[in-house]
Amino acid sequence: MLEIRNLSASVDGAAILNGIDLAVPRGEVHAIMGPNGSGKSTLSYVLSGREDYEVTGGTVLFEGRDLLAMEPEARAAAGLFLAFQYPVELPGVGNANFMRTALNAVRRARGEEELDAVQFLKIARAAVKQLAMPDDMLKRNVNVGFSGGEKKRNEMLQMAILKPKLAILDETDSGLDIDALKIVAEGVNAQRGPDFTALVITHYQRLLDHIVPDRVHVLANGRIVRSGGPELAHELEARGYAGFADAA
Amino acid sequence: MPVETETLETVQSLTQSGYKWGFETDIEMDLAPKGLNEGIIRLISERKGEPAWLLEWRLKAFAAWQTMREPHWSKAHYPPIDYQDLHYYAAPKRKPGPKSLDEVDPELLKVYEKLGIPLKERAILAGVEGADGSFPNPVAVDAVFDSVSVATTFRKTLEKAGVIFCPISEAVHEVPELVQKYLGSVVPASDNFFAALNSAVFTDGSFVYIPKGVRCPMELSTYFRINARNTGQFERTLIIADDASHVSYLEGCTAPQRDENQLHAAVVELVALDDAQIKYSTVQNWYPGDAEGRGGIYNFVTKRGACRGKRSKISWTQVETGSAITWKYPSCVLQGDDSVGEFYSVAVTNNRQQADTGTKMIHIGRNTSSTIVSKGISAGHSDNTYRGLVRVLPRASGARNFTQCDSLLIGDQCGAHTVPYIESRNATAKVEHEATTSKIADDQLFYCRQRGLSQEDAVGLLVNGFCKDVLKELPMEFAVEAQKLLAVSLEGSVG
Repeated sequence: MLEIRNLSASVDGAAILNGIDLAVPRGEVHAIMGPNGSGKSTLSYVLSGREDYEVTGGTVLFEGRDLLAMEPEARAAAGLFLAFQYPVELPGVGNANFMRTALNAVRRARGEEELDAVQFLKIARAAVKQLAMPDDMLKRNVNVGFSGGEKKRNEMLQMAILKPKLAILDETDSGLDIDALKIVAEGVNAQRGPDFTALVITHYQRLLDHIVPDRVHVLANGRIVRSGGPELAHELEARGYAGFADAA
Repeated sequence: MPVETETLETVQSLTQSGYKWGFETDIEMDLAPKGLNEGIIRLISERKGEPAWLLEWRLKAFAAWQTMREPHWSKAHYPPIDYQDLHYYAAPKRKPGPKSLDEVDPELLKVYEKLGIPLKERAILAGVEGADGSFPNPVAVDAVFDSVSVATTFRKTLEKAGVIFCPISEAVHEVPELVQKYLGSVVPASDNFFAALNSAVFTDGSFVYIPKGVRCPMELSTYFRINARNTGQFERTLIIADDASHVSYLEGCTAPQRDENQLHAAVVELVALDDAQIKYSTVQNWYPGDAEGRGGIYNFVTKRGACRGKRSKISWTQVETGSAITWKYPSCVLQGDDSVGEFYSVAVTNNRQQADTGTKMIHIGRNTSSTIVSKGISAGHSDNTYRGLVRVLPRASGARNFTQCDSLLIGDQCGAHTVPYIESRNATAKVEHEATTSKIADDQLFYCRQRGLSQEDAVGLLVNGFCKDVLKELPMEFAVEAQKLLAVSLEGSVG
């Protein structure tokens, strides 16, 4: 599904990723853990195509396609979704309108028929219900005036509507209380299945109590320094990152 | 076409007579020679068979205009306009009514098609006999095709309600007392340089009268279109809403691509009597010139509404995306006690466009209130200025104004300017002004693109969000058109 080979990237001339190798097979959920400044967010931005993140080496294949050669919107159309660490406010843009525009853009790019307002609302309302969100979520402007928890839940709502093949969750758990954390986890778990692959980026182990990963990778100084099963997360929780930074 | 034009000009230069039939576009056109003098004004008046008082009025305006100088206080810059190098009269040749669309000039139908006018409506516009039947969409259209109204629709439904909606040239003959009473009563002939020019040479425009207590049964709309080369456009619109009446008027403009600058100096006058309401909506997308700013329309317009009556209300809503230069301040004179003025505006400038637009709210009556919401969007190398005046006169106790001016910048080569003038001469008046300037942030664009939107769709979405407070004031069918227009106007402005 996702094959990252020797990926290096820099921001403003400073090298942040220093040769990442990572393969995520279809249908698996992998967690990437690491201390602050280890390159976790940079990895998510590089994979989703944000400008200002310069790829200095390596390749990324997404379903066999050269991901790095694609525009951000083409990556979205191919099925890549990034749940932002800090979701962006779009003043005056209604949530429903935004999601319908996005869904239809993606459908158009895939050669699928666009949805009209009624068809879309059916899907959106079902997703709102599934995520136990208030109905006015669709009417509000995108993330404007949302609490931290609401913003993260809104990311899960968008994910539920766009149904990506690969979701990258960038510290989706940061700033969440335990109830919100559970809702986010349920959002991810509801998608889990043979056609859903996820890269869960987190600093803490607690999210992984709710989204149990198939594999855990430790990122330090821009490299994957250790990989293991879900038990690795617990080990990290007990011992901290100190030893890994040295290993890198 | 250049050969034809050259020939036409040669013929004109060889003849000393004041008037010549000419062929400008492929549509037969009745074209006066270039230049402005008393003779041309007399010709216009004569061609329209006007009464003596109107000719006198025109000549007075012309005399005033000759003593005036073109104003240059706006931020707009443009080469000097040679007023003697323009045609001041162009009218499509009138033919007896065609029997079916097959008999209608196909060029004219093409124009309607480009304007997106439904087929059946086109038949009515083209004056096909018997086509004036029932319509699914109750929108009355008075098409101003190069200065002269080609046809007027929905006359019957409106007549039943007592509403008069016709070309002003017809109103001069049919309801002369109304025209004489109100023409120039809001915008006097000598009000400003361009209004004086318009008063001297206006060829046509729309006239609306809503009788007492009548709610106009449909939205009224006019399609303006500039089609003749080098023809100054001088429309004159007069709308009168009698006591307790209500009307919504829509104005939309398009223009084909041009090489030379075209002057447009319209005058719109609105009069609202006791308890009357007028809603005037504009979507303006005239040719803005190419990316380097060549060509494009000069839009120097005077629009003013008088809330003469108690509790009357005038609301201006405009979406301005076109023209090389826009110089336009739809205003409200709040004379009647408890009268209300509103101005909702979106002005978009891209490439080398220049817009200097805003409003004037003149509070004269007691407890008058006004609201101004202005959204300026600048992209490319354009300049966008909001210029607004709120004036409270001594008698206007309890006057209130709220002004919100927001500017959105796209890129770093453009300019946004806010120039509010506030003059209050009554201590009980409350005037509020809020202004913001923002940019479309890279993280907003990236967020949208990550969800699958193209860069341009993202800009369109964000701009429409920025303008929402104004767009929601537009009638439904206009709002949809305006949203598309905003996105189209800003194509290629990012990245």
